Amino acid sequence: MTALSALIRRDVRIALRVGGGALIGVLFFLTVVVLMPFAVGPDLALLSRLGPAILWLGALLASLLTLDRLFMADHEDGSLDLITMSRTPLELACAAKALAHWLAAGLPLIVATPVLGLLLNLDMVATGAVALTLLAGTPALTFTGMIGAALAVTLHRGGLLMAVLVLPLSIPVLIFGVAASQAVIVGPLSFGAPFSILCALSLVSLVIGPFAAAASLRHGLD
Amino acid sequence: MTLIDLANPTRFLALSARVLPWLAAATVILLTIGLYQSAYAPDDYQQGATVKIMFIHVPNAWLSMFVWGVMSIASLGTLVWRHPLADVAAKAAAPIGAAFTFLALLTGSLWGRPMWGTYWEWDARLTSVLILFLMYLGLMALWRAVDDPSRAARAAAVLTLVGAINLPIIKFSVDWWNTLHQPASVMRMGGSTLDKSFLIPLLVMAVAFTLLFVTLHVAAMRNEILRRRVRSLQMMQASRIAFSSEVGAGSREENASKEVGAA
Amino acid sequence: MTMSLGPYASFIMTSYAAAAIVVAILIGWIVLDYRSQTRRLRDLERSGITRRSGRSAMDTSRTIT
Repeated sequence: MTALSALIRRDVRIALRVGGGALIGVLFFLTVVVLMPFAVGPDLALLSRLGPAILWLGALLASLLTLDRLFMADHEDGSLDLITMSRTPLELACAAKALAHWLAAGLPLIVATPVLGLLLNLDMVATGAVALTLLAGTPALTFTGMIGAALAVTLHRGGLLMAVLVLPLSIPVLIFGVAASQAVIVGPLSFGAPFSILCALSLVSLVIGPFAAAASLRHGLD
Repeated sequence: MTLIDLANPTRFLALSARVLPWLAAATVILLTIGLYQSAYAPDDYQQGATVKIMFIHVPNAWLSMFVWGVMSIASLGTLVWRHPLADVAAKAAAPIGAAFTFLALLTGSLWGRPMWGTYWEWDARLTSVLILFLMYLGLMALWRAVDDPSRAARAAAVLTLVGAINLPIIKFSVDWWNTLHQPASVMRMGGSTLDKSFLIPLLVMAVAFTLLFVTLHVAAMRNEILRRRVRSLQMMQASRIAFSSEVGAGSREENASKEVGAA
Repeated sequence: MTMSLGPYASFIMTSYAAAAIVVAILIGWIVLDYRSQTRRLRDLERSGITRRSGRSAMDTSRTIT
């Protein structure tokens, strides 16, 4: 247990210090959201209708881009070999790394959501709903994206290929995340059903992600 | 003859060379029967003659999922049993599966055009097939991105299995999303309500297309085995050339030093 | 063949033709691939590169035991 908490503390510290790159994700999120009005026009009614979708897409892309280097940096300095050889199960170590990544890169996105909601003319309730769905849904994005990150490090190939492989897998999270936030703002639908499915998706990815990432690391690193 | 015997690529080549003509012949016969039957199947009272597209659309849609299932089993073979032919089977199946998925999309869109008035409708079934198609393309990109086949095989196996777990979830969420946005679905096609005059040609065509896939798959696996042999022979050739040039360079240097010593 | 395909005949014909074309492309690709691989194997073996087992790489005539 102490090994895992040490791993989490180390990863968070690395991500937050100079050159860590976790906060660049927030900057990217902000930039994507600011770009949207230039594409669809500054119509506030339209923007508030599209708001949850824009925020969710931005968060999806931001978490995907920051995930690229989840294992890469550790592979470069050799600490990934230590992690795979240590007595702690690799699955748990992977889960700890993903959790650390979510704490460092995912939580800031959720903190930034209210500010961006303001730009998109979302009211308090809508912003709260989007932030809550992001809080429930971004772990799923991180844990499925981790599979892509593990494949990236074993193939020595990252970037676009990983995005192409991982993005189709995150479609369910996108569907239920946006649907739950829309349910609060306009929908006749209740918030509960899509939100609980979103939570279920997060829990499923919590199981699948570490196992798949550990399998690909174990079979891929030689 | 068990599965273990097939693990030897040479035995697989020998056996498949014998089986392949029979498979091809069976495919041709069944396809002919299926095409004949579907040509003379009656028109549907609602859809008219467009129902004939079903005989080609449904087998392709079935294959798009069946091939992913075959690749998943092969991936288990790669990761769990380290079966030497499993990598080959998984790699050979991907482009064929992508081709059948593309056909399912294309015929689905052509079938929908008379009913929807547009070529593409974000219909739940078609959308799921589109996502499946994207996943096939991603998998093929992964196979192409890495030059070491066994390394690519293990990565592709993990991705195939994750995809196999995710596909039902994606299907469910797309269905849910679809009912949220458009409650009335135009395409009605329950398997049990299908009339016998449609069901029999459809089944024949489905079996024929499955046989077609098996034939193409076995042939593509043979190609893949040969490709790996070419690769290993080329690497032997390259190492031999490197070795001989190294030796040659070394002896030349020796000569040079002798010459210097002599001078 | 006298078969009435109704007002949407072109859609039906297009989908059958597309299926035929795609399957033909698949078959053509597999046949061409087989030819090029066997040719490369033959060229390599002619230049004196042999497999470690000493058998020919294209030897598929080995009896199944």
